[in-house]
This record gives sequence, C-alpha cells and structure tokens, in this order.
Amino acid sequence: MVKKLPKTDVVIVGVGWAGGIIASELTKQGLNVVGLEKGQERATEDYYMVHDELRYALRYELMQDLSKDTLTFRGNEKMRALPMRQYGSFLLGDGLGGAGVHWNGQTFRFLPYDFEIRSKTIERYGKNKIPADMTIQDWGITYDELEPYFDKFEKMAGISGEENPLGGKRSAKYPTAPMKHSPQMRMFKEATEKLNYHPYTMPSANLSEPYENPDGISRAACQYCAFCERFGCEYGAKADPVVTVIPVAKQTGKFDLRTHSWVRRILHKDGKATGVRYTDVTTGEEIEQPADTVVVTSYVFNNVKLLLNSKIGRPYDSSTGKGVIGKNYAYQVVKGSAVGYFEDEKFNNFAGAGALGMVIDDFNGDNFDHSDVDFIHGGYLSLTQTGQRPIQNNPIPKESPTWGKKFKENSLRYINKTLSVSAMGASMPYKQHYLDLDPVYKDTFGDPLIRMTYDFKDQDRNLAKFTAKKAEGILKEMGADKIDTMEELGPYNITTYQSTHNTGGVIMGEDPETSAINNYSQMWDMDNLFVVGASSFPHNSGYNPTDTVGALAYRAAEGIVKYHKNGGLLV
Amino acid sequence: MSEEKNNDQVEKENLSRRRFLRNSGIAVGGLAVGGVIGSVIPWNADTAENSEQQQKETKNYNHALMYFNQSEFRTIEAATERIFPQDDNGPGARELGVAFYIDHQLAGSYGFNARDYMQPPFFHGEKEQGYQGRLNRREIYRIGIRELQNYSHQNYDSGFTELSEEDQDKVLTDFAEEKVNITTISPSNFFLLMRSMTLEGVYSDPLYGGNKDMDGWKMRDYPGNQMNYTEIIEGDFKEIPPNSLRDHM
Repeated sequence: MVKKLPKTDVVIVGVGWAGGIIASELTKQGLNVVGLEKGQERATEDYYMVHDELRYALRYELMQDLSKDTLTFRGNEKMRALPMRQYGSFLLGDGLGGAGVHWNGQTFRFLPYDFEIRSKTIERYGKNKIPADMTIQDWGITYDELEPYFDKFEKMAGISGEENPLGGKRSAKYPTAPMKHSPQMRMFKEATEKLNYHPYTMPSANLSEPYENPDGISRAACQYCAFCERFGCEYGAKADPVVTVIPVAKQTGKFDLRTHSWVRRILHKDGKATGVRYTDVTTGEEIEQPADTVVVTSYVFNNVKLLLNSKIGRPYDSSTGKGVIGKNYAYQVVKGSAVGYFEDEKFNNFAGAGALGMVIDDFNGDNFDHSDVDFIHGGYLSLTQTGQRPIQNNPIPKESPTWGKKFKENSLRYINKTLSVSAMGASMPYKQHYLDLDPVYKDTFGDPLIRMTYDFKDQDRNLAKFTAKKAEGILKEMGADKIDTMEELGPYNITTYQSTHNTGGVIMGEDPETSAINNYSQMWDMDNLFVVGASSFPHNSGYNPTDTVGALAYRAAEGIVKYHKNGGLLV
Repeated sequence: MSEEKNNDQVEKENLSRRRFLRNSGIAVGGLAVGGVIGSVIPWNADTAENSEQQQKETKNYNHALMYFNQSEFRTIEAATERIFPQDDNGPGARELGVAFYIDHQLAGSYGFNARDYMQPPFFHGEKEQGYQGRLNRREIYRIGIRELQNYSHQNYDSGFTELSEEDQDKVLTDFAEEKVNITTISPSNFFLLMRSMTLEGVYSDPLYGGNKDMDGWKMRDYPGNQMNYTEIIEGDFKEIPPNSLRDHM
C-alpha cells in the first residue's frame, strides 16, 4: 500500500547544492517545498572527529553506500558492463548537502567560450576541427546571460578570490579577499609570470575571512587545517549547503525536509509530472508525495536513472544519435600533470585548504590558438596545497620501488620536498559515450543501475600530453631538480581517483530535438519537471563544475517561480 | 665474528635510535629519558626497573586478536615488516602495530566489504573495471596467508616467517608480480591490499591500533590532528609535534 500525502507546491529530489539553493529561493518567495533526501541529516557538530584520514578519505564516511546503489561501467559497447563494486575514480556524496559537503571548494566560472563552444570553434577553426563523432553543442545560454547567477552563487557562498585575467567579464568583485599565499604558491606565481602566463589565486569556497552573506548567514574564516576534500568542515568555513542555503530555507517555515527518503519514481500523467513515489528507508514504507512541480536535483547518475526508470523523456540511442536522456556523458581529464622533486627545499605540505592554490588559464578554453594542436579546449594548470595526508600521499620518483626499504626511505624523504602542477582538462562528449539502464544489475530496491559507457579518446590523450608538458615547463622554471611527467594517458580506469566531476545525461540546449532541458533546466517534454545539476552540462569545461551548477540552480529557481505563476514553457 | 657483527649492529641501532628520538623531539641532550616518555622507546630498556615500569605503561589492551589466529598474525606481521621495514628513519610495521591494525580492520565492516556492491552475477572483467570477485577481504587474507605459506614451503622448504628477509622479499615479489599460480585469489591484488593496509596501519590515527605513539607520523614530520595552520601557512617549513584524535577528546 502506498501512503498518499497532501499535495505541495514543489517537491525536490536530493538536497545538495542544487536542491538546497532551489529550496531556499522558492521558500523565500513563499512557495511550499518538500525536500526529499535519501541519506541522513548532517550538521557541523558531526565533524568534531573529522581529522581522521582513514575514516573519511579511505573508508568514505560521507559517501553513498555502494552496497545499496552503484553503477556499472564499460569502456565501449562491445564490453560487458560490470558494477563499480568499490570506490575509485569518483566519489558519490550522500546525506544532507550531498557532494557539496565533501568538496574542496574550488569555485570557477566556466568561460564564455564554453557556452557557445560549437559556434565559436567553427567560427575560428572551421567545421573540420570538430571530429565527426564529437557531439559538442551550444548550451542555449551565453556567459553574459548567466553572469548574474554566478554572482549570486559566489555572494551566497562568500567566494574568496581575485579576478581571473583571462576569464569572462565580472559584474562585481569576489565578495571576500583571496586566500593566503604559501611559499610554493609564490614559487608558482613567480615562475608563471616569468613564462609570460597570467597567474591568479584560486577562487575558494574556504573563506579567507569571516563573512556574512546576503541571506544573513555568518561564517568563520578558514583555518588551513588541511581537511577539506572528502571531509566536512567543522568550522563551517567551507561553504556547503548545510551551513548556507538549507538553514535559510528552514527559517521560512515553508521547507519540509525529509531525510532517509529514497525517491524511486517520478509520477506523471498526460505529459505532466504529478509528484514522486519514495521509500522511507527506515521503515520500508512506500509514500507518494503529489506536487505541482517536481525538481530533480540528485547527482548526475541518479538524475538520469530516475528519468529512465520513470519513463520520462526520449532515451538516447547511440546507434542513431537520436534521443536525449543519457546523452553526452563527459568527465574530466586530470592526469596530464607533472611532479617535481626539490632536493634542497622543505615545504609545509601537511598544511593547506581545499581551494588553496594558484592557477593559470593560458591553456584553458580557447585562450590560445588551437590551429596547430590536435584537440580543442584545454584546462587550467594549478599548484594546489590541499594538505597531504600521510596514507594517501607517498610521493616517490617514477620507477622506484613501491614497497620495502627503498620505498620507505624515498617516501619519507620526498614527502615535504615534492610539488605537483596539475591540469583540470576539459572533457568533450562523444556519440559513443552515454548513460543508460543496466540490463543485469539492480540496486537495493530492485531498480536497474545506471550503466556508463565511456573511455578516453584521442582528444583526451592529446590534451593530457599537452597539459603535462606545460606543467613540466612550469616546474622546471620553479627549479625542480627532477620532474616526473605523465607520458601516456592510457584507458579510462574506474579504480583510480580522478575527480568527482561527472557531467551530462540530461543536457540543456536551445533545440528540443537535441537537448533534454532548456536554459531554466525545464524539461522540454514535461514543463512542470526541472532537472538541475551537472547533468545539464553538454560538455565539461577545464574547471571544477560547482560554480556553474550553482549558477544554473539560481536560474532554475527563478524559472520555477515564474512557472508557478504563469505555467508553460519558459523559453 | 658474529659477536662483532652483533655489537656493530647494536651500535648502529643505537645511533639510528638516537637520530629518531631527536627527530621525534623526545631526546633531551642526546639522552633518552625514562618514565612516560621512555615508554615510547620499548627497545631501549637498560635496567630491570625501567623495563618493569615500561611494561606497566605500555600494556596495550588493544593488542589482542579479533580475527587472525596466532600463526596468521605472525605471518602478516612478518610480511608487513618487509613492506615497511624498520630502518635508520625509525620503526617498521611490526613495531608500529600494523598487524594488529589489519586484524582489527578485518574483524569489522571493511573485512566484510559491508559498503561495497557484492551482488551477483560475478564475471571476470578488465583491469579498468576494478575488483569483481565474490570473496570479501577477510576471506582473501585467510587464503592469501595460506598461499604465502604454501609457496614458501614449496620453494624454500620452510614457512614464511622462518625465511630470511631476502627470501621473504622474493616470495612477496612473486606475489606482487603475479608469478604465483593460484586460482582462488589474485596474488598481486592480495599483495596490493596488504601494501595499502600496511600504509594505513603505519599512518592512520593511533586510535585504530597502528601508528604506535604516532611514530609513523613523526618519521615524516606529519603533525597529525591540528586545529589550524593559519600562523604557518605563509612561512617556511615548520616542525610541529603531532597530536592524535585522543588529544581532541
């Protein structure tokens, strides 16, 4: 028996960054919102014992329990997809705040080029620059149109930073000053200036100073304690939904937040969403929550899974390239990096913050001429100091033993003498890369898992080699005695951590034929259903995705309010 | 001859011990002090009185077994010591309590793969698809240890723990390089699991049973659990005595 609850204005599926932002914006406007979150409640007090590398970084305390839900993976359609049984390449968030709790806080705007990538690439290099099976498309929105929403997100989160000399135009400065500079950051800055690049301080959601945001939320400054990525912030200095937007929604009295509520289906009738059906995982009870508008804001994979399991939208078909749900899955190319060993230096590598670093964008987007390279786009290069915790960071020169006497000697010797310059390489979508439902493996409720079909392409291999060489050049200029540079990218491997920057599957665009949602994240095929998050990216840029997710969420919130008043397609 | 060697070795060990003590900030004027501080130097018991006092203070109730039997424990102790051996820099896996750490981990959710997806069907996959076996970690260890013993007996006529360090290294290398023929588990995966859990035991917070007295951290100047680095982040390298989560209670 399904228990049917009274209808609400809006029901939100998944309360992380996107869900939290939309909940706070809608409830401020007086709408009644129900937020359904699969995982548990979270609070700053939970992190009293958070400086525990084993529990959080290696046993994934804050991540989704894979025994209940995971995905399957294959490199290509000829392979048998097999479940991701353990964590590796990326980490799925869980609980209130979602992946917004365990992020590093590196907060970049995508470039103007990104939003019009197809037009601008053709304009500068001609049609032949784009491989036939590369399915890049314009986003249906420009940077200038999205700029006010970036600004909104950055002010809400209190982003600390200085202007990117090669970025899009800003309407306002970052709300807080840049983070402190460590000696290695100063070395990177000096070296990149000598090379005529344009270094700037990484924009950071770890507050450089105490800050009160426009919603009246006050937060303390970052302590550089080195526990950001994979951890929650015990100071509330790192912006996350639990310390920013969720309390604002709660204060209105209009937000009904229900944790342990696992949404399994979006209900719909005659082309309109009618609500959702979820399971209370503490009791097993099946509950129906009717709503005027349904907003799906879970992680990329679950957004696609929910639509496909609910039979909404046209599933993507890789043989024809038709259909949209599951299309344009993309990732991040981060391995094109280099490591430098500084024999006579010693650094405080144990200290840091998730978004402490220096960046250059000289090789990102279309900031350089691609006429003579065999790839498009690029990525930022950076030196970050996120805090090298001891189990996971044992830098040793390439080809040296990985265990035994020599390993111990090397790893102890080099731990505070090693600096990396890393790339955040963009990832282009391809016809053969997509998400669909796995025909064999099921989640804990018997629903099919998502199946990922993805591998690196020549574009990625060439880009990674290029960024690795540039990284090497910077380390050389910084005075490294020995440098290990990535030589070959190799196949995509789901077992080694790369980044939790999975994108696509429910992409936005200007044409209902080739995209699932419009630039308000509203489904073309079902106008009272909004699907918000990095699932809407038609490709992934050479940046961390959160700022763009946040901006699109603010825009979606505006659209939902409009829709609530007038109805109909917003574009 | 062997006597001389022993003396040499003792001398060498004392030297390295002193270096380690100096690095870890518990030597005063080049001399090790006794009492509470002395308890972190269990090998340096000069007098009966010291050793008695020491025993009292270092009795660690955590050092009993939850999963391994005695012989399995000794095998893992020997193998992990080869992965992270004692040397001039400081203690190895044995002294840091790594084998106890592994035993305790296997007794809990990690040993049972409680948060991994373990649903059938099971198929062999590509390396890029990750672990696809049906065995959990505690089963892998039990089989792996038995195979270490078998392989040692077959090739060196004695058990793993009785082998010389050189021969132990050869056995482990053959596992790491997949030169051992086993059908139940992947020898290289077993080795990698042991390697990664060795590093966990060396460097995780002492609350888990390894990283005895934070000596793993001291060897690499890692300050453990500190509330902030605001004062030092802009400056040159700074040595900070470590804290554990216990200090935070």
